[in-house]
Amino acid sequence: MLGLNKKDTTLLLVVAVLTLFAPFILNPFPTDSAMAQFNAGYPDLMQRFIIFGIFAIGFNILFGLTGYLSFGHAAFLGVGSYSAVWIFKLFTYNVIPAITLSVVIAAIFSLIIGFVSLRRSGIYFSILTLAFAQMSFALAYSVLSNPKFNLTNGETGLQVYADDPQWFHRDSLPDLPHLFGLSMNSTYTLDVGAWRFDFNAGYYLCAVILMIVFFLAIRIFRSPFGMMLRAVKSNQQRMNYTGLNTRPYTLAAFVISGMYAGLAGGLMAAMDPLAGAERMQWTASGEVVLMAILGGAGTLIGPVLGAGFIKYFENIFSKINDTVLHSWFSFLPDGIEDFMVFIVHPFIGKGWHLTLGLLFMLVVVFLPGGLVEGGQRIARLLKGKKKTPPSDGEDHHPKKPPHVAE
Amino acid sequence: MGILEVKNVNKNFGGLKALSDVNLSVRENSVHAIIGPNGAGKSTLLNCLVGKLIPDTGSVMFDGQSVLGRKPYEINQMGISRVFQTPEIFGDLTVLENMMIPIFARRDGAFRMHAYESVARERGILEQAEHVLEDMKMADKRHMHAASMSRGDKRRLEIGMCLSQEPRLLLLDEPTAGMARADTNNTIDLLKQIKEERDITIAIIEHDMHVVFSLADRITVLAQGTPLVEDDPQNIKGNPKVREAYLGESA
Amino acid sequence: MDAFLLQILNGLDKGSAYALIALGLTLIFGTLGVVNFAHGALFMIGAFCAVTVQRILNLSFETLDLTQKDFLGNPLKIKTPYIESWFGQDIGAAIIDWSVPLAILFAIPIMVLIGFVMERGLIKHFYKREHADQILVTFGLAIVLQEVVKYFFGANPIQTPEPSALRGSVDLGMMIGFQVNEIVYPIWRLVYFFFSVTIIAGIFAFLQFTTFGMVVRAGMADRETVGLLGINIDRRFTIMFGVASAVAGLAGVMYGPLNPPNYHMGMDFLVLSFVVVVVGGMGSLPGAVLAGFMLGILESFASTTWATTTIPGINQIIIYLVAIIILLTRPRGLMGRKGVMED
Repeated sequence: MLGLNKKDTTLLLVVAVLTLFAPFILNPFPTDSAMAQFNAGYPDLMQRFIIFGIFAIGFNILFGLTGYLSFGHAAFLGVGSYSAVWIFKLFTYNVIPAITLSVVIAAIFSLIIGFVSLRRSGIYFSILTLAFAQMSFALAYSVLSNPKFNLTNGETGLQVYADDPQWFHRDSLPDLPHLFGLSMNSTYTLDVGAWRFDFNAGYYLCAVILMIVFFLAIRIFRSPFGMMLRAVKSNQQRMNYTGLNTRPYTLAAFVISGMYAGLAGGLMAAMDPLAGAERMQWTASGEVVLMAILGGAGTLIGPVLGAGFIKYFENIFSKINDTVLHSWFSFLPDGIEDFMVFIVHPFIGKGWHLTLGLLFMLVVVFLPGGLVEGGQRIARLLKGKKKTPPSDGEDHHPKKPPHVAE
Repeated sequence: MGILEVKNVNKNFGGLKALSDVNLSVRENSVHAIIGPNGAGKSTLLNCLVGKLIPDTGSVMFDGQSVLGRKPYEINQMGISRVFQTPEIFGDLTVLENMMIPIFARRDGAFRMHAYESVARERGILEQAEHVLEDMKMADKRHMHAASMSRGDKRRLEIGMCLSQEPRLLLLDEPTAGMARADTNNTIDLLKQIKEERDITIAIIEHDMHVVFSLADRITVLAQGTPLVEDDPQNIKGNPKVREAYLGESA
Repeated sequence: MDAFLLQILNGLDKGSAYALIALGLTLIFGTLGVVNFAHGALFMIGAFCAVTVQRILNLSFETLDLTQKDFLGNPLKIKTPYIESWFGQDIGAAIIDWSVPLAILFAIPIMVLIGFVMERGLIKHFYKREHADQILVTFGLAIVLQEVVKYFFGANPIQTPEPSALRGSVDLGMMIGFQVNEIVYPIWRLVYFFFSVTIIAGIFAFLQFTTFGMVVRAGMADRETVGLLGINIDRRFTIMFGVASAVAGLAGVMYGPLNPPNYHMGMDFLVLSFVVVVVGGMGSLPGAVLAGFMLGILESFASTTWATTTIPGINQIIIYLVAIIILLTRPRGLMGRKGVMED
């Protein structure tokens, strides 16, 4: 189907089913039950799953295939958000032009930054991208937000005000981002017995886009271009002496992943029309790195899983507080109950970042292939330690550092 | 007029003279060996041919065109392929993929944005790659990760990758260095077979005299960055200057 | 001229901090070949050593003073630090006053220990892995350390004042022949600068004149060969990690009075310190020091009113701009050696 082989078609269908039925899948618990706190079928959370999924898929095209570790991809996401909000401010709340512009502007940015950064490789590349991202953050946070020239609105963040021109806006259209009149905020709620499911227009727009870009990612992975990118990661020396110019390949990968980031940023603004500099900070770049690694860098489905995993647990962990903990451990004797709560307490609520950091270390130390590799290991165990031949083009985790020519 | 003409090439590193007035002419469809003791400048010379180093003075012409100032990938596109001392292959890719990449490079040039096409549909390329693998007697290993093969097989794969580009000049940098006797003999046989079956020029840098004298049509002896003599193998063996500079000390 | 000098002086304290952190980063990178993203966290932990010492010294017991009443009419509670009751009020108060310098004594063993544990427990396993993995695991560690500190000390900056004797400013200009009040400089900044210079000089002397340092330098140049000599290079590198950790920690201890420590100060400094290392040249110790001071001073020049009115916000991006330009024109940094991090 669509030029994919059977395995990839299945993968695409699985993703399609998961995203389309996410409102059901993520709300397995009745609304009033104690377990409802584990539900994740809220429109804004589901949107975040998808948006970060797109971000991570794009990042993985660069990092997973070529091995170039960018620590500055959040900058492209931020640029995308700003571009989209400017479209909202000047022209229209319709999301199509906004998202289009996000992608275009992010492409231009990543072309410039990539052109410079890719002149170096390895750790130098990482630090160059980091420097560019921090510079973009500083630019957005303060430099480009002075009375003479206010592009980003600094600390407050860029948002749409009542006196903005919005030349193509008509009164009949919703006063929020919309798709030809369909407000991104509109949600249809379905009550089935004790359960409640939300179907949100914005979410479904994101979901459709995710499917498209996931499909494109599969095509890239299976293309000669994708193979060249893996070859770059494996041995640049051999690339050069085989008559291949690595620079345009890596730059193309960089720009593609930058466009994915811009798309994610644009969608973020389309779901909630504001853009802030904090989206560009290097910790945000670190987060997408973690998503790709946790899921499995270089695999197709990994980054999506990683993004979902992190955003889900971020949401759940942040909500849990001591009262909840006490109710969990209430079956234990009092002293032990308090002790357990005391132990777990630092990791929940505001301590989510601690958990995230630990997770980061544990994954890198014990599971360099991420969740996908973990899943494969479990599957292998279940099959009874039968040796499975390496699946073609599914995982590429080199155990040795890549050779890079001058 | 040879296919490769090196004229008056000089190369200094700091104060050290690595190459001085090197002249070399490699005839088309011959096997030309470059030998010499350690530090004679063999690798420097090779690097000057493939674009890794640029000589301070002199000229390097391949088929009437200068290679100086061109990047390694451009020189490869001109028809020069290089085999490294330690096999340089794409370790994370399968053997078949390894073999497809040079064929893509020959068909599509140094860069092509073929991101939407599918590798699996590139019938022509796949067939060629399979064909070369069979020639190299590696067809059964096509789905192995290249890094997991033996050194001899990696060498074989690397030579296959270079040959799949149908280069006009194949450069070999000590192709049997660090190999067991059996692997060395296999490699010699492979190279002999290539020499017989194809219209190809081979330039080989080698330490192992056994390899040199089983393959070479012509030999250049380098010593201290200067060519000592260039002659046919039987004459080289008897040449007293060579004995003194090279064979004498290893005999 | 005086304004020029003042800007240079103003850049010294930040420059010192950059130089010290970058020195440690380079030491670790040069000896162990590891890119340590958790190095900023060590700086931050150092600063919190000072906070801890201050808190310990201020541990107090309460007594009721029956002669005085508070506004509710209850007897006034008076807090007396244990230190004061043990050593008498004057000496006790003086000890508390000097808590930041005293924290140095406390911080050295703690930081060295943390360094050892980090190297033996985690970094050791990453020598042979890709740089990307090293970056990622130490990045994770940095987050963990930062969050642990936040858990115990809260998110707000904590004041760690300098000793009262070293508070205030000196008129440096007058000493070297300028007019009164032209170059006035806070004493603690001067202290910080000389403290850094002492440590830097100490490290260089240590590497230059001791056998241990010689082996480490040889190891930085060519690890394999030194390993072949039968010298246990690993143990020395562990010690080097401890030293680098202590250097970062001390930089943090003394930095408190300049800027109240908070849990994310490490990350803030880390990014810049990396830039410093890269500008100086990966694996070059003098390069790290030079680039540290250079960028600190440059930042201070970019923060002048003249610069910020000409190009708004230039002070916030100048370091990155310079780094990008230097990396593109001199790929190995100012004093980088060939062959370091070429892959």
